[in-house]
Formats: sequence, C-alpha cells, structure tokens
Amino acid sequence: MTDWPLLSLTTFLPLLGALFILAIRGEAQVVARNARNVALLTSVATFVVSLFILGYFDAASAEFQLKETAVWLPGTAITYSMGVDGISVWFVLLSTFLTPICILSSIGAVEKRVKEYMVAFLVLETMMVGMFCALDMVLFYVFFEGVLLPMFIIIGVWGGARRVYAAYKLFLYTLLGSVLMLVAMLAMYFDAHTTDIPTLMAHGFPQGMQLWLWLAFFASFAVKVPMWPVHTWLPDAHVEAPTAGSVILAGVLLKMGAYGFIRFSVPMFPLASEYFTPLVYTLSIVAVIYTSLVALVQEDMKKLIAYSSIAHMGYVTIGVFSMTTQGVEGALYQMLSHGIVSGALFLCVGVVYDRMHTREISRYGGLSERMPKYALVFMFMTMASVGLPGTGGFVGEFLVLLGVFQVNTWVAFFAASGLVLGACYMLYLYRRMVFGRMTRDDLKSILDLSPREVLMFAPLIVIVIWMGVYPITFLDPMHASVAKLIDNYELARAAAESLSVAAR
Amino acid sequence: MTESLDLIPVLPELLVVLAAMALLMMGVFRKGDNTAAATTLAVAAMIGAMLLTWAVGGSDRLVSFGGLLVLDPFAVFVKVLILAASAITASMSLNFLDKEKLGRFEYPVLIMLATTGMMIMVSANDFLALYMGLEMQSLSLYVLAAYHRESAKATESGLKYYVLGSLASGMLLYGISLVYGFSGTTSFDGLAKLFGGEHPVHPHLGFIAGLVFVLAGLAFKISAAPFHMWAPDVYEGAPTPVTSFFAVAPKIAAMALLVRVMTGPFGELSDQWRQVVAFIALASMFIGAFAAIAQNNIKRLMAYSSIGHVGFMLVGVAAGSADGVQGVLIYLAIYLSMNVGVFAVILSMRQKGRLVEGINDLAGLGKSNPAMAAAMAVLMFSMAGIPPLAGFIGKFYVFKAAVDAGLYTLAIIGVVTSVVSAYYYLRIIKVMYFDEALESFERSGSKALGLVMAVATLVNIAFIAVPGPLLTSAKAAAAVLFPAAG
Repeated sequence: MTDWPLLSLTTFLPLLGALFILAIRGEAQVVARNARNVALLTSVATFVVSLFILGYFDAASAEFQLKETAVWLPGTAITYSMGVDGISVWFVLLSTFLTPICILSSIGAVEKRVKEYMVAFLVLETMMVGMFCALDMVLFYVFFEGVLLPMFIIIGVWGGARRVYAAYKLFLYTLLGSVLMLVAMLAMYFDAHTTDIPTLMAHGFPQGMQLWLWLAFFASFAVKVPMWPVHTWLPDAHVEAPTAGSVILAGVLLKMGAYGFIRFSVPMFPLASEYFTPLVYTLSIVAVIYTSLVALVQEDMKKLIAYSSIAHMGYVTIGVFSMTTQGVEGALYQMLSHGIVSGALFLCVGVVYDRMHTREISRYGGLSERMPKYALVFMFMTMASVGLPGTGGFVGEFLVLLGVFQVNTWVAFFAASGLVLGACYMLYLYRRMVFGRMTRDDLKSILDLSPREVLMFAPLIVIVIWMGVYPITFLDPMHASVAKLIDNYELARAAAESLSVAAR
Repeated sequence: MTESLDLIPVLPELLVVLAAMALLMMGVFRKGDNTAAATTLAVAAMIGAMLLTWAVGGSDRLVSFGGLLVLDPFAVFVKVLILAASAITASMSLNFLDKEKLGRFEYPVLIMLATTGMMIMVSANDFLALYMGLEMQSLSLYVLAAYHRESAKATESGLKYYVLGSLASGMLLYGISLVYGFSGTTSFDGLAKLFGGEHPVHPHLGFIAGLVFVLAGLAFKISAAPFHMWAPDVYEGAPTPVTSFFAVAPKIAAMALLVRVMTGPFGELSDQWRQVVAFIALASMFIGAFAAIAQNNIKRLMAYSSIGHVGFMLVGVAAGSADGVQGVLIYLAIYLSMNVGVFAVILSMRQKGRLVEGINDLAGLGKSNPAMAAAMAVLMFSMAGIPPLAGFIGKFYVFKAAVDAGLYTLAIIGVVTSVVSAYYYLRIIKVMYFDEALESFERSGSKALGLVMAVATLVNIAFIAVPGPLLTSAKAAAAVLFPAAG
C-alpha cells in the first residue's frame, strides 16, 4: 500500500471528480443535486485518502517523505516531484478537511450554476493540495498561481455586489507579486542548476543575491499572507466572496504565503532572512495593532473577520521570523488553528447571511433568543479566535509569544497587546449580534441551525478543542522538520559570521 | 555545400504550388460555386505537404538551389506549424464565406500561395530567397485583406496594409543592398563565415545600418512596436477568417525568419543587434499591454494581444541562445493553438445573421452557451500566461532564456507587462461570466469551428501534463541554428 502514489492521488482525485461532474447531463434540478453529491463524495474520499498520508508519515524523520518523481519538462532539471515533511503534511490535511465542509456549507446557499461551482471548488482543492505537496519550485509555482483561476471565478460569479472589483483586485495583486517570484526562481535555477526544493535548501546562495531573491519572494508571499500594507485586497475579496469561498480564502489561501516563507525564504535565503527580520517584525506589529483597531470599527461582519485574519497572520509572520523552535512551531500551530477557527467564523456569518441576506452587524441583535445553538457555536468560535486557553488559538499565540520573547521582548510586548485588542473586537461583535434584545421584526422568525449545519460545525468544534487540549498530536510530527529548519538556519548564520570574521 | 539542383528538400513547396495551380484551373473551368470543394482540397493539400515536410526533413541539413534554400529541423518545425495554421484557418473560414456569400475559389488559392511564400521564407538561406518568399507572401496577403471588396473597411485595410507593407519591403530591400554592398555577399552562410570563422571581420558602420534596416523591415512583418501601426486596422477591417489567418501563419513565418536571420548571418554580431531587439521587445510588450485595455472591438484587441505576444517572443530572440530560440518555437506553437481557438470563438459570434465583433456582445455567454464560454475562458487565461495552462509554459521558456542570458531588466519588465495584459484578458472572462446577457448567439452549426475550439482548449489544458514531445522537438529544432554550441 505504501508504494501507492498517495500524494498524487490526493492531489488529482478532486480533479477526477470535477471531470465527472462536467459529464453530468440532464434537467437543471437533477444536475445540481448530482453535482453536489459527487462533489461531496469526492472531497470526503480525498480527505480519507489524505488520512493515509498521515498514517504512513514517519514523525521521527525530518526528511521529505512519500516522495514521487516523474519526468515533466524534458531537457531541463525541472521534474514533477512531490513529497511532504512535518510542516506541509498538516496543510495538506487542512485543505482536504476544509473542502468537504465548504461544499456542505454551499448546499442551499448556492443555487445558480451549481455544477460550475462544484467544479471550481474541486479544481481549487487540487491546486491547494498540489501546492503543499510540490517539491519542485516550478511545480510549486504552477499550483500556487493555479489557485487564482478557480478563486477568480468563484468570487466573480457567485460573489456579492462589488464582486467584479474584488475578483480583479485579488487576481492582479497576487499575480503581480508572484511574477516577480517567477523571475527570482529562474535566477535561482541558473545559479543552482536545479529546481528541486530540498537541494536548493542546502545550496547556499551568495549573500548579495540572497537579498534580491528574498525581496522577490517577499513580494509574492507578503501579498498572499497578507502583510500590511499590501493587505487591502483581502477585506474586499472576503466581503464579496460567497461563504465557502471566504472559508477557503481564510483557511488555506492565506496560509500559502506563510508556508512560502517557511519553505523558501527562511531555509534558502537565511542571511537575507536575518537581514530583513526587523522589516518583517515591524510590518507584522503594524498589522497586528492597526488592523485590530480597524476591525473594531467595522460595520460589516465579514470585513471585521477579514481584518482579524490579517492581525492573526501577523502573529504567524512574527513567529516564523523569530527563528526559535517555539516561535516557528507556534506559527505553524497558529496557521492551523486560524485555518479552522476563521473558517468556522465565516461559516457562522454565512449561516445568518443565508437567512437574512445582510452582513450588516446593526441589522442583527438578540439572536440568542431565537438561535441558542447558533449562539453557542458562535460563542465557542469567538473564544477560540480570541485565544482562550483550552482552544487551539491559545496554543498557537502562546507559543509565538514565547518564541519571540527569547529574541526580542519589545516585539513580544507589542504582539501581546494585539491579543487584548483581539478580545475587544471579537467580544464587541458577539455582543452586538447575539446579546441584547431582539428589536427587529424580521428577525423574530429566524430559524436555528439545521441538522446539516450542525453536521458542518461539529467536526470543527471537535478539532478546535482537540488542538487546545492535546496539542502534542499536532506538534509531534512537526518537531523534527522544524528542528532541522532552525539548525540549518543557525548553521548558515554561523558560517557567514566566521567568514566575515576571517575577512577582517 | 553541394551545388546541385536538388528538388527533394522543396517537395512540400512544390506540392502546395502545384495544388494551387490545379485548383485555379478547376475554379476557372468548372461551373458553379466551387469554394467548398476548393477549400477542402486546399486543406488536404496542405496537410499532405505537412506530412511530406515531416518525411523529407530529417535531422540533416539539406540545401538546394545552390544554397539559396535550406531544410533543417528548424525549418521543418516551423513549416509544420505554418501548414497547420493555414489548414486550420482555411477550414474555419468556410462557414463564414458561405453565410456572408463571399465564396470564391480564389480564396483558398490565395491562402496556398501565401503559405508557399511563408515556407520559402522559413527555408531561406540567402537574402534574395528571403525577399522572394516575403514578397510572395505579402502580395497574397494584401489581396486577402481586401478580399471583401464591397466593404469599405476591408478595402481600406487592404490598401493600408499594401502601402505600409511596401514601405517595409522597401526598407528591407535597402537594408539588404547595404549589407550586400559592405560585405559582398547575400548568402547567410557566407555572412556567417565572414564575421565568425578564423579571421572575423569587424563590421563596417554601413553594414550595421543595413542590419538595422533589415531588422526594421522584419519587425514590420511581425507587427512589433514601433512598426505595429497597421495591425489593429488591418485586423479589424479584414474579413474575420482572413484576420484569423493573419494572426497566426504570417506571424509564425516572419518570426522564424527573424530568428534565422539574427542567429545565422548576424549570429556573431549579437552585441550589435541585441539592444535593438530588446528595445523592440520592450516596446511591443508595453503597447500590447496598455493599448489593448481601451479596446472594445475583439478583433482590435486580438491585434494588440498579438503585438504583446510578439514582444514576449522577442525576449527569447534577444537572449540570442539556443534556449531562447527553443523558447520562441515553443511560444509559437502554443500561440498558434491559443489563437485558432479564440478566432473559432470569434467566428461563432453571430447575432441576427451577421457577425458581431464587440467585446460587450459576449455578455452572458457563460449562461447562454456554457461550452463556448468555458473554451474562451480557458484560452484567455492561457493567453494571460496563468499556469497550469499552456500559455504559461511559452512565457516560462522565453523568460528562462532571458534570465540565463542575464537580461534581468527585460525579464522583470516583461513579467510586469504580462500582469497588465492579464487585465484585459480577464475583462473578457468578466464580460462572459459576470455580466448579464443581452442577446445570445445563434447556433452557427459549423462542425469545423466547434472542433477547432474544443481541440484548442483541450490542448491548452492538457499541455502541462504532456509537454515532452513539443519541448524536445523545439530543442532539436533550435539546436541546428547553433552548431557551435553542439
């Protein structure tokens, strides 16, 4: 069984489902129902297959595992090669876990062009999983950019009123960043004569070149994360995207940037990473504090959660560039828990949006009277977002602060202040929506969670508690890979230092 | 080099010419409308010539007519592309000619004669052969542009093309005469030997002037900025099937010719022409990206888009290496697949019995005709160079060559303009999917158009999975132009 190409299987199974859906013909109603069923089935099957990846994964090893290689572009060193290590394996699972939930959530919410919608989501899943599995730089780029195609369509076709503007902004912002990365990748190819990611990690680029390459990659990843000041596409994209699109956007797409930092910037350009760490710290702190304040004044639920995402991703970049074991693991953990929690929060918004068709916070109030189950779920996810101990959010933020405190106490101080602000805007949102008296007449007939919605939230709640109570499950497989990452980074730094001492 | 009159390498050209003459006879002596039969036979002849090219051309370099013409893997690769382009666009035009009542048997004959000219251009190994092929192609194209003679627009476009094209030919000829005057030869091999070889000659300033004139003349033919002015008007004015032909076959031929001239006779002078080509590339990418934004006519948009694509290809030429030429060839092949697909869609845009050309006419196509909209969306994303579609691989290879040659500035500006151009490709997708429909298109019922559309789309999607055959043959084709590199 282990010689099955598990990673390729996980990557391309959704594509198979998409092809299958394309072949469905018949009456509109029947097509829509069948498309939903096939999509759900495919994504659940993909999740099951991805569990096998975890099953065969050797947590003790820091190497890339379940490797697959095939000829792709003959005449060059560029190959089709896949593999996972302790870092990427979790993101593969995150993607395969969130996709079925997204598909489940769009039943009822998406009524027009269901077939195309499902195809777009399954293609999106292929791109996401492929990106986290890719061990070849060019292959990574193909998947990384490929994500834009279905996302553009999802926002543009099924989005809100200003969907066209949002779709364009998302597409052009991210494309501009990534084409610069492509040029940098080509430059790396001609320096190292390979596009194999593990080989490149050990290559050691000249210092002057590292700075330029780092900046080019930063242009791409900072937009994706997103970091202040290139974050402005995110609130627009989130507000206009359909619920499931927002979930994937917050849950997986934002992680691509931070994953890129961990996979490329830090291990391949350690000297440049050290040089630019103050820049990253500054931008991240601004993001944490500024976007938290902006979130506080938002009138639109989705926009508020979008800004909170930017703030949370600020912790992730701080953690990654602290280059301590706790910091990096905390960043990874924060990415996973944020993926689940913010996804769940967008689902919570989607639940009331499907009923009332408005995202304005002031249109709600006193929901706890009519929707006790919903109030409970929303409360739980709010707490997880704030980082209450016992939820996944706490572990990530705590580890990041612990890690960065060892390196720079001021950064830790400012970052921690963001936690307080986070509690402010989330609790304020919750109070305005759920507590108080129900004054609006049209809310009086609002219905509580349906069994389908309960089914949708249940696995999310279980995971969040699991992540908060027993983090070892998730941290254990990371240890070896993170340790290797940090060792190599320290080694490169020490080598550069001894070189500069010798030069003196 | 053998001085014998060996006809084997020119068999495909002979086949096309003979078939064209035979069709001309058939058209004159048979009564009634022969367009459909003539077009079918023309397509068959061109496919036959394609197979023949394949069969005749091996990995060797065959010369004929005392070194005037040459058939090497490079020529074979490009000729196959040209013949495929001509055959596909000819078969796409039938439906249009039929509906617009423009059917005349001269149409396929003109396409075949133009194709012959292109094949000679690609095989040219001497400036005289080059000029002969180029003029044969151009004269046929001038007539084709004005083919719809009752239409003022088509006549205008034909006239414009003729006047400007003659100017470019004049420049080219003047350049050739300067080159001949300062070097004493028009043979590509002779020139290469003069500047390469054991005792390289330093080129005289007058020779460089000749080189620049030649380059300007060729830049006109590929519609590279700043010699692009004619393209939007001609594209818009000419009947749409003619435009689709213009967009692919002559572009491929002229680009291949440019590559051969720059790497062959002027191969050793790359320091002299690289800046010029780099400038033309930059200017074309800019014009292609920015000028297209304001267009509302899809044919004009395609004209600017092709100017942009030419700019990207020239990036590969500027690299001046085997990798660069490989990139250009890959780009040409993918460019062909994208363009025929898009023009198949444009030719299907019929409302109330006439062809419409506005971008806004595509509104709501995603709902009214999902299959066509999906094909167009894939092709537009591919043109924008978004992976995993084929267009990305083309851009990837030319930029790879540019970075390898150290042309970082060119590569960075190139990728940034590709983002700008993504804007207007996305606009078409936006119109198709995000806007509400005004009026849907009639079912054209043409099987040929549907087939071209479907195949082009599938090629663009699936290319990323099996890129091997094209990449290796392009590499082999590019390698023959750089014998020294082995």
